[in-house]
Amino acid sequence: MKYIDEFRRRAEAQGLLRKIREISKKEVSIMEICGTHTHSISKYGIREGLPSNIRLISGPGCPVCVTSAADVNRIIDFSRSRRDVIIATFGDMMKVPGSASSLQEEKANGADIRVVYSPLGALDIARKNTGREVVLFAVGFETTVPTVAATILAAQKDGLKNLSVLSLHKLTPPAMKALMDSGEIKIDGFICPGHVTAVIGAGAYSFLATDYGAPCVVAGFEPVDAIMGIYMLVRQLEEGRKDIEIEYDRVVTWEGNRKAQEVINTVFEPSDSLWRGIGNIPGSGLRIRDEFSGFDATARFSIPPGVDAEPKGCRCGEVLKGLITPEACPLFAKACNPEFPIGPCMVSSEGTCAAFYKYRKVA
Amino acid sequence: MCLGIPGRIIEINGETARVDVAGTVKEANVSLMQSVKTGEYVIIHAGFAIERVDEEKAQETLDLIKEITG
Amino acid sequence: MKEHKTILLAHGSGGSYSRRLVEEVFAKAFSNPLLAPLNDQAVFSLPSKRLAFTTDSYVVNPIFFPGGDIGKLSVCGTINDLAVGGAEPVYLSASFIIEEGMGMDELIRIVLSMSKTAKDAGVSIVTGDTKVVERGKGDKVFINTAGIGVLNGDQELTPANIRPGDAVVVSGTMGDHGIAILTHREGIQMEAPVESDCAALHTLTRAMLAAAPSGIKAMRDPTRGGLATVLNEFAASAGCSISIREDDIPVREAVKGACEILGFDPLYLANEGKLVAVVEAGSVDAVMKAMRSHPLGKDAAVIGVAEAGHKGKVLLETSIGNRRILDMLSGEQLPRIC
Repeated sequence: MKYIDEFRRRAEAQGLLRKIREISKKEVSIMEICGTHTHSISKYGIREGLPSNIRLISGPGCPVCVTSAADVNRIIDFSRSRRDVIIATFGDMMKVPGSASSLQEEKANGADIRVVYSPLGALDIARKNTGREVVLFAVGFETTVPTVAATILAAQKDGLKNLSVLSLHKLTPPAMKALMDSGEIKIDGFICPGHVTAVIGAGAYSFLATDYGAPCVVAGFEPVDAIMGIYMLVRQLEEGRKDIEIEYDRVVTWEGNRKAQEVINTVFEPSDSLWRGIGNIPGSGLRIRDEFSGFDATARFSIPPGVDAEPKGCRCGEVLKGLITPEACPLFAKACNPEFPIGPCMVSSEGTCAAFYKYRKVA
Repeated sequence: MCLGIPGRIIEINGETARVDVAGTVKEANVSLMQSVKTGEYVIIHAGFAIERVDEEKAQETLDLIKEITG
Repeated sequence: MKEHKTILLAHGSGGSYSRRLVEEVFAKAFSNPLLAPLNDQAVFSLPSKRLAFTTDSYVVNPIFFPGGDIGKLSVCGTINDLAVGGAEPVYLSASFIIEEGMGMDELIRIVLSMSKTAKDAGVSIVTGDTKVVERGKGDKVFINTAGIGVLNGDQELTPANIRPGDAVVVSGTMGDHGIAILTHREGIQMEAPVESDCAALHTLTRAMLAAAPSGIKAMRDPTRGGLATVLNEFAASAGCSISIREDDIPVREAVKGACEILGFDPLYLANEGKLVAVVEAGSVDAVMKAMRSHPLGKDAAVIGVAEAGHKGKVLLETSIGNRRILDMLSGEQLPRIC
């Protein structure tokens, strides 16, 4: 597979790990902020190839994990109260546990919940079921946001009247700023998400270098990309530089995808958003603009705020902030596992705990 | 948030392109792209092409890595 | 027969409609002396006292897919469950639960497919049943097949016999059936030039056992849950671990591509015409030769080895060289955007 296989080669991966071990002297903490990075790093055992003076933290990069318990409950309650509505959702949301149930369970109980691979799937369902309302539960960061925005524009163009979106989208740079402001953890540098940045542009992170002295490297997701990204960041830290560098420059530019950004701004505007484990972060979410209220599920339906209740004993919040690793949570791999997940970090395919569980290192 | 795959555009029909990933062909919406050409590589995410893959830069990255690892 | 265009509730109620359906569709297609009397049971003798017996139900959607259909699947699947136990399949039963309103032509297509598959495999469908459920209470058709096979030797193929040093082999590419089905489900529009590998494996297992009558410890066909799940089952039954290399597992390029797009792992996808076998080290060459000379085993590969330590675990050496644990499938694989 072109542009995939070349970035999975053993020689390059092991060679870069060797170089990192060679140059790395300082004790540093670097955070990756994308669930797909967490997944890849765990899947290829990259963490274990790094020297012990480098602490690699998994930050709040999984859209499903950072969705607040209140929003999860909200979705479940809505699906229960409106069995006539077709609910479209991405696969990951199906298994996330709320206080008492999950979308998967609601589907088994008769709710018409359908997994879509793309927001266009929801559009398709709406076109084929004009007599029924269709609601898309839209989670995801800036990679997914323009695809949902484009879908709303397409629905508008078609004059479709039965599709709406519940926006639970979250934005990456405000979350990074909030982490640095919280002062709770020491982060020396960031590995930034390749595809989010393909959309928003690497320039979006320059405030981290200038205002917080934190260097960043935008990295791709294949193992060689991720390791190269870590190498570039470690090199900056060793040399005392504070730059925004792009490892994934075959896809990522400084400005990003201007057209995708325009599409986002046409349909959405920033709003406050509640992040699991972090709390409210101003301007970190997106709401649908009033001009498109016909496609806003919160305007079309009364969707009461859900009950905000963290599952007992669950330490997902601390995992998301990089304060503890999954192994430090007393529930990890015991009471909490992929078959019986307690918190979203275990149930989402890219949740930190799920990734750790699935790819447990062998001594 | 970031499951995106590089594929080659083999056909464009208005807002939709057929994209080849190792022999599997997926339809992708190209309305988020300024322009697309047949034969180009793009990253597909959730049914949309979100950015081009610059083939020269890809090779440069691989060359750089080879240089670093010696 | 004045053919009805669709299946009616009457076709399942035991009266004249049922009788005509059985005679003119099922019996006509499956045609054999044991079935012909259309009694409540088929009566026969078998040459061996050691028999194998299995059953499976088939609920696949869509019922027609590239490379096969639910009927072919129901015959091959049950044959394969017998074959991986070292048995020669002889007789099958076939029960149908049909949804009211299913097209008669679709049902006939499926039944003819079963008939052809059985004939080609040298097995007979000797008894069966038909029920019809109300529209909406089924999913076109569900099929259950049970199968009886004959064991000619003393051998017992079971994972408890696996020992450190035994080799793990697969008969061909992984994930084909899973992807062929998924890419035809509604909502995932993809053209993957991948057909289901649906096939009867008993002539392959026969050749393998002939090549190494006591060298094969266990065999299984990795259907739902995929290769990873079967290997976990093996490791759990054996007193050791199983270690495999990702680079050695054959996977078609198009399957890899489809998996990348959807975020799936081919090691967890269903296969319907493949087997995984654990073979004593000394017999590997002979078994591989027999497999590669057989049309269903031309892509056969050695993918790993049983090892002492890490009891019950399956260890995967990734393509970049690090090792990690390969778990069983937990829940369904769902297409993800993340």
